[in-house]
Amino acid sequence: MVWFRKKKVSSTDPNDRSLKVPEGLWVKCANCGEIIYKKEVERNLNVCPKCDYHFRISARSRLAVILDEGSFIEHDEGLIASDPLEFKDLKKYKERLKSSQKKTGLSDAFVSGVGAIDSKKVSIGVFEFAFMGGSMGAVVGEKITRVLERGAEAGIPALVISSSGGARMQEGIHSLMQMAKTSAAIARLRELGVPYISILTDPTTGGVTASFAMLGDIIIAEPRALIGFAGPRVIEQTIGEKLPEGFQRAEYLLEHGMIDMIVDRKTMKRTLSRVISMLSGT
Amino acid sequence: MTNKHPLDFEKPLVEIEKKIEDIKNSMPDGAPATDELKKLRRKAAKVKKDIFAKLTPYQVTQVARHRDRPYALDYIEAVFDDFVELHGDRLFGDDPAIVGGLARLDGEPVMVIGQQKGRTTKEKLFRNFGMPNPEGYRKALRLMHLAERSKIPVITLIDTPGAYPGIGAEERGQAEAIARNLREMAVLNTPIVSVVIGEGGSGGALALGVADRVMMLTYSTYSVISPEGCAAILYKDAAKADVAAKALKITAPDLAEMGFVDAVIEEPMGGAHTDPDKAARNLKASVLEALADIRTDSLGIVKNRYEKFRKLGSFAEDAE
Ligand SMILES: [Zn+2]
Repeated sequence: MVWFRKKKVSSTDPNDRSLKVPEGLWVKCANCGEIIYKKEVERNLNVCPKCDYHFRISARSRLAVILDEGSFIEHDEGLIASDPLEFKDLKKYKERLKSSQKKTGLSDAFVSGVGAIDSKKVSIGVFEFAFMGGSMGAVVGEKITRVLERGAEAGIPALVISSSGGARMQEGIHSLMQMAKTSAAIARLRELGVPYISILTDPTTGGVTASFAMLGDIIIAEPRALIGFAGPRVIEQTIGEKLPEGFQRAEYLLEHGMIDMIVDRKTMKRTLSRVISMLSGT
Repeated sequence: MTNKHPLDFEKPLVEIEKKIEDIKNSMPDGAPATDELKKLRRKAAKVKKDIFAKLTPYQVTQVARHRDRPYALDYIEAVFDDFVELHGDRLFGDDPAIVGGLARLDGEPVMVIGQQKGRTTKEKLFRNFGMPNPEGYRKALRLMHLAERSKIPVITLIDTPGAYPGIGAEERGQAEAIARNLREMAVLNTPIVSVVIGEGGSGGALALGVADRVMMLTYSTYSVISPEGCAAILYKDAAKADVAAKALKITAPDLAEMGFVDAVIEEPMGGAHTDPDKAARNLKASVLEALADIRTDSLGIVKNRYEKFRKLGSFAEDAE
């Protein structure tokens, strides 16, 4: 049974509803509040032309920005959440899955496979934030692990692009253990000397940050991306005070030595290409 | 009375125990137990058994967090000999929320590491309620690497509400510290045994828990999020913690049944705090057994551990 047909990768994917913009010709920038012609934002890779704010974009749009056109071959599309705890809060987990599947056209919050960056082969996976906040359950953890294993087997760099609220509570311990599983796979990749590049986008928090996302040989963040272990609200509640301006933003992490660089969407592909070339000794 | 601070659901037991206490106090020292006293004692035992045989997961959470529950240093004192505490991460500081050091277990040297909570208000603040900062995890990893080079096993005692969510913790890379432990523990070339002795709070617990054998005391919990946190986020009502605790399947028997925990270490009826010596004896026997068992693994420790964690997490897969 194949639920989800492969889609042609395009940066103006009409099914891309993860874009945080209302329907219509005009969009309002979430950062500077400017009303901008939607086409203009899209032409600019969904970056605000006024203030450089990076809109959240879908997994497939990300792949389109980074990979050579037509190079992506999707893997592991058949992985589907099994609701191991038969979890129900205000809604059944099964229903939440269904509505996210309908909304995104994806089976879960991660799209992965192999592709090429300036003709250099990579094993790559991308989070879909619009699918239950990009939360990591057993499917996402397994797909990430396979991205890393595929990189190890083929001796090609592994790339993971994160945007996630962390572990998926509805899978309880099954989701928690994905942190250990993915981190173990990185240990193996390191032993083989195969590079692993982690790209952090807005937002990357919780169990995702506290596992594979912060373990990149190279860690790249998009401008202004929120990156942290605990969410800002949890920290504010714990310490009972307001957080400083810019706290947990990409620029803050760079300043504190936690990431290698901040790269905007327009130069991301070029940067990856240069890094991958040199890391492979060419 | 063995239980100085009974929990709400222990009330029926408390009443009987108080009667027993009153009768004993009215009797001269050394007088033989009356029939009434014997009857009450039998009744107390039965009521206790009835209560603890069907604790709800949220009641288990309360036992796991009990103020008198033995903490890591209590087990280190009771189970190990010759403990030499080692301090500091060599990078920033020493985190009192994680203790660790060399010790002997039945004569054999080991590295023992655990999250430590405090009992008095002052101790609680000093130990940061058992919520480690990055330097705690980095100290733990430093000690694990030392154990690896010294070819001695690592025993970890897990008991934390979670890694500390604070400004300094974020600034110094809480996420990186946890992640690094997960990666390094996965390939640490020496046996690792982990025991959840109280609260296994999410990634902050797992950062000491990538082990060859993961065990839990009967009334401990291990969860991706606290019942209260889950209730607030998913049920939009913090008072639904009992419902969330049940849904998350966080108790030792549930986790063992799903294959996430290798063994449940029997705790005294009523909780470890009602008979800490017995809890310590059981823990010691289980750790020794686990260590002996790990050494018979045929594939090699690291390979086995990798396979163990590689398998975790259920999903379905359709052929394409
Ligand atoms: Zn803007």
